[in-house]
Amino acid sequence: MSWTRRIVAAVAAYRWWKSRRRQERITPPSPPDRPAETLLIALLFAAAACAAGFVAVYALGSVPRRTQFLGLSLGLAFALLSAAMILVGKRLVAQEQLEEDYPKPREHEQEEQDVVQLVEEGGDRFTRKRLLVISAGAAGTALGAALIAPAASLGPFLDVDPFFATPWSRGRRLVDEAGKPMSATDIERDTFYTAYPEGADREQFGAPLVVVRLQPSALHLPSGRAGWAPAGILAYSKICTHAGCAIALYRKPTFPDLEPKPALVCPCHYSTFDPASGGSVLFGPAGRPLPQLPLYVDPAGHLRAAGNFSGPVGPSWWGVRNRKPTTGTTT
Amino acid sequence: MGSPQPQADDGDDDVIRGMVRFLDDRTGSVPLVRKALRYVFPDHWSFLLGEVALYAFVVLVGSGIYLTLFFDPSTAMTVYHGPYAPLRGVEMSHAYKSVVDLSFNVKAGLLMRQTHHWAADVFVAAITLHLLRIFFTGAFRKPRDLTYYLGVTMLLFALLEGYLGYSLVDDLLSGMGLAIGYAVAMSFPIVGANVAELIWGGPFPGVPQFWSRMYVAHVFLLPILIGTLLALHLFLVAARHHTQFRERRTSEHRVRGTPMFPGYAPRSLGLMFGTASVLVLLGGLVQINPIWLWGPYHVAQGTNGAQPDWYLGWLIGALRLMPGFDVTIGNYTLIPNPFWGGALFPLIVFAILYAWPALERRVTGDRSFHNALDRPRDAPWRTSLGVALFTWIFLVFMAGASDRVFVLLGISYVAQIWTFRVAVWVVPVVAFFVTKRTCRALKDAERVRAEREQAEREAHAARAAG
Repeated sequence: MSWTRRIVAAVAAYRWWKSRRRQERITPPSPPDRPAETLLIALLFAAAACAAGFVAVYALGSVPRRTQFLGLSLGLAFALLSAAMILVGKRLVAQEQLEEDYPKPREHEQEEQDVVQLVEEGGDRFTRKRLLVISAGAAGTALGAALIAPAASLGPFLDVDPFFATPWSRGRRLVDEAGKPMSATDIERDTFYTAYPEGADREQFGAPLVVVRLQPSALHLPSGRAGWAPAGILAYSKICTHAGCAIALYRKPTFPDLEPKPALVCPCHYSTFDPASGGSVLFGPAGRPLPQLPLYVDPAGHLRAAGNFSGPVGPSWWGVRNRKPTTGTTT
Repeated sequence: MGSPQPQADDGDDDVIRGMVRFLDDRTGSVPLVRKALRYVFPDHWSFLLGEVALYAFVVLVGSGIYLTLFFDPSTAMTVYHGPYAPLRGVEMSHAYKSVVDLSFNVKAGLLMRQTHHWAADVFVAAITLHLLRIFFTGAFRKPRDLTYYLGVTMLLFALLEGYLGYSLVDDLLSGMGLAIGYAVAMSFPIVGANVAELIWGGPFPGVPQFWSRMYVAHVFLLPILIGTLLALHLFLVAARHHTQFRERRTSEHRVRGTPMFPGYAPRSLGLMFGTASVLVLLGGLVQINPIWLWGPYHVAQGTNGAQPDWYLGWLIGALRLMPGFDVTIGNYTLIPNPFWGGALFPLIVFAILYAWPALERRVTGDRSFHNALDRPRDAPWRTSLGVALFTWIFLVFMAGASDRVFVLLGISYVAQIWTFRVAVWVVPVVAFFVTKRTCRALKDAERVRAEREQAEREAHAARAAG
C-alpha cells in the first residue's frame, strides 16, 4: 500500500471512530417515565397558576389580607417549582454516580519550581536588596497612611470634651414629654417620670432624666449631696451607665426578701440602680452609679436643676471618671 | 411516549450546537463547561446547609434591592399622617416613616420586608449549622482550610450586616441596639471613645451622616464583600472538590457522587425554590419585627422584653451575665464593662474559630491532605472540645433569654443569672467529658460488632470447609 493510501485510510478510520464516538451516550440510557412526566407538567401548570394568582392579588383594587395572600401565592408557586425540579432530578433524568480523582498533593511540582525560579531571576539584577526593601516599605507605609488619613474627617476623633457636655445647669427647669414644667407636687411615690431640660435638644445622652419620689427618711445619699432631693424627689440621668439604653423600669418591691427596695432598672441588660443611695448599682452589669442631678423647687413650685450631674452620663469609657460633666451642647 | 422523533431532536441539537459554538468561538470556554457539567457532588443531606445559606443570600439580595427603592436613609424629622392611626401625629425620622409607609402603603412592600427579615435570620442560621457540620466532620483540614477561613469571615460579615439592617429602620428596638453598639465601641480600652466618635461623627446618637454610613455599608459594602467571598468560597470548593464520608476504601482519593448535569442541577434548583418558598411563606404569613408597634426611637425611651434577632442573642446574653464592675486605674477606666460581653466574648469565639485548623494541625502533627470526612466519633478530642465550645456559647445565648423566662414562667431573674454565671463554666466541662465518653463508647461498640462479624464469618468458612 502506498503512503497516500495509508494516510487516506487512516483519516477515514479516524473520521469513522470520531463519528462513532459522537453517537455513544455519555449518560446511561434509561426508559422514559410517563407518569412522572405527567406529574411534572401538572406541577409546572400549578406553579404557573399560583404565580398568576400572585399577579391577580397584586393587581386587584382592594383585597383583605393582601400581604398574606401575596405570600401564600408566591410561596406556593416556589414550592411547586421546587417539587417539579426535585422530580426532574430524582426521576426524570439519568440517575448515575460518577467517580473521579481528587486533586493530588504536589500535582504541579514543576510549575511551582518555575514560579520560584522566575521570581528569583526577576530580581537577580538588584544589588542593594536591603535598601530596596526599606525604600519600598517606606513608600508603601507612607502611601497607606496618606490614603487612610482622610478617614479622620469622619469625626472629631481626638476631642473628648463633647462626652462630658450636658444641657443641664443651675436654674434650668424640668419639663415633661409635652414640654410642660414639672411641679414638685405632681411627683407621686411608687412610679417614675421622664423629664427633659426646658428648651434643649432631647436627643442626647445628657438630656433625659428619670424622676422618682421616695420617703425623705429612706434616703442615704453620698456625702456632699445634702439638699439634692427636695421633699424626697430625686432626679437621675435616664441613660444607663452600662450600655446607653434608657432606664424604662421602676421596680416596686414585690418580693421583699429578694428585692428589699425600689429600684431603677434598664430593660436592655437589667442593670439595677438604687435611687435612695445616689444611684448605686444593686445588680446587673453596670460598673458605675447612675449620675444624679441636684434639684430645687422654685417659688412657683417647679422643679429646677441645682447644677450639673454628679458624674458624666452614658456608658463608661477611658476618661469617664476623669472629669465632672460640663454645661454645653454635645454637638 | 411512542417512538422518538429524530426530526425535532435534530432541530434542538442544531440550536444548542449553534449556541455552544458561539460560546467557544468567542471565549474558548467549552472544555471548562464540559468539565463543569460533569462536576461530581457527593450526596449527603448535611452538605446542603451551605447551599441553603447561598439561596437565602439570593433572596436577601433580591428582596433587599426592592426595599432600597422605597427606603429613605434620613434622620431628618417629620410627622406621620398615614393610614396607621396609632402613629398619626407622632414625630419620627424619615427613615422610620419610610419603612412604616413601605409596610402599609406599598403593595407587596410588607411581604418583601418580612421576607427580607426572615431570610436574614435563616441566612445566619444556615451558615451556623453549616459551620457546625464543617467543624465536627473535620472538613476544614488541608486542603480546605482557606475555604473555611472565608466561611468564618462571611459569618462575621453576615452578623454585622444583619445588625446594620435592623438598625437602619430607626424604630425603638433599632435605637436601643445602636445605643448598645455605641457603648460596646466606647468600651474598647483607651481608644474606645475615639473610635465611637469617628464612626458616629460625635457623641451618640451621632451626626445625620451616620445614617448614610450605615446605609452604604448595609446595601453596598457588606453585600459586595459577602458576595465576593462567596464566589471565592465556591471557587475553592470546586477547585478541591467536595469532601465525602468514608464509605469505600478509595474515599480518600476518589470523589463519588451525582454529576452536576443532568442529575444534580435540578435538585439544587429544587432546593433554591424550596428555600425561596419557605422564606416567602414566612414573609407573608408569619409576622416579624412589627416596627409600627415599637414606635420611633428616642434617646429617652426603652421597652421591656427587648430582644434582638436571634443571631445576636449570644451577645446580649454575655452583656447581661457580666457582674457589674469597670476595671479602673486611678481616674482612668481601662476596661468598661460592655467590653467583656460585647467585644471580648465574640473576639474570643471568632479567634478560636480562626485558629482551630492551625491549632489542630500543630497538636496532632497531621499535615496531610484530607478528602474523606471524619465522623464526630472518629476525632473524640475535636468533637469534645467543639461540643464544650458550642455549649459555652449556647448557654450564654440562653442567658440572653432569661428575662423572657421570668415573664413566662416567673422564675426569678436574679436567680437565673446567678445560675447561668456558674453554669457557663461548669456545663461545658461536663459536656466535654460526656462527649468524650460517648465517642469512645460508640467506637467500642463498632469494634465489638466488627469482631463478632469477623468471628461469624470465620466460623461460617470453617463450617463450609469442614
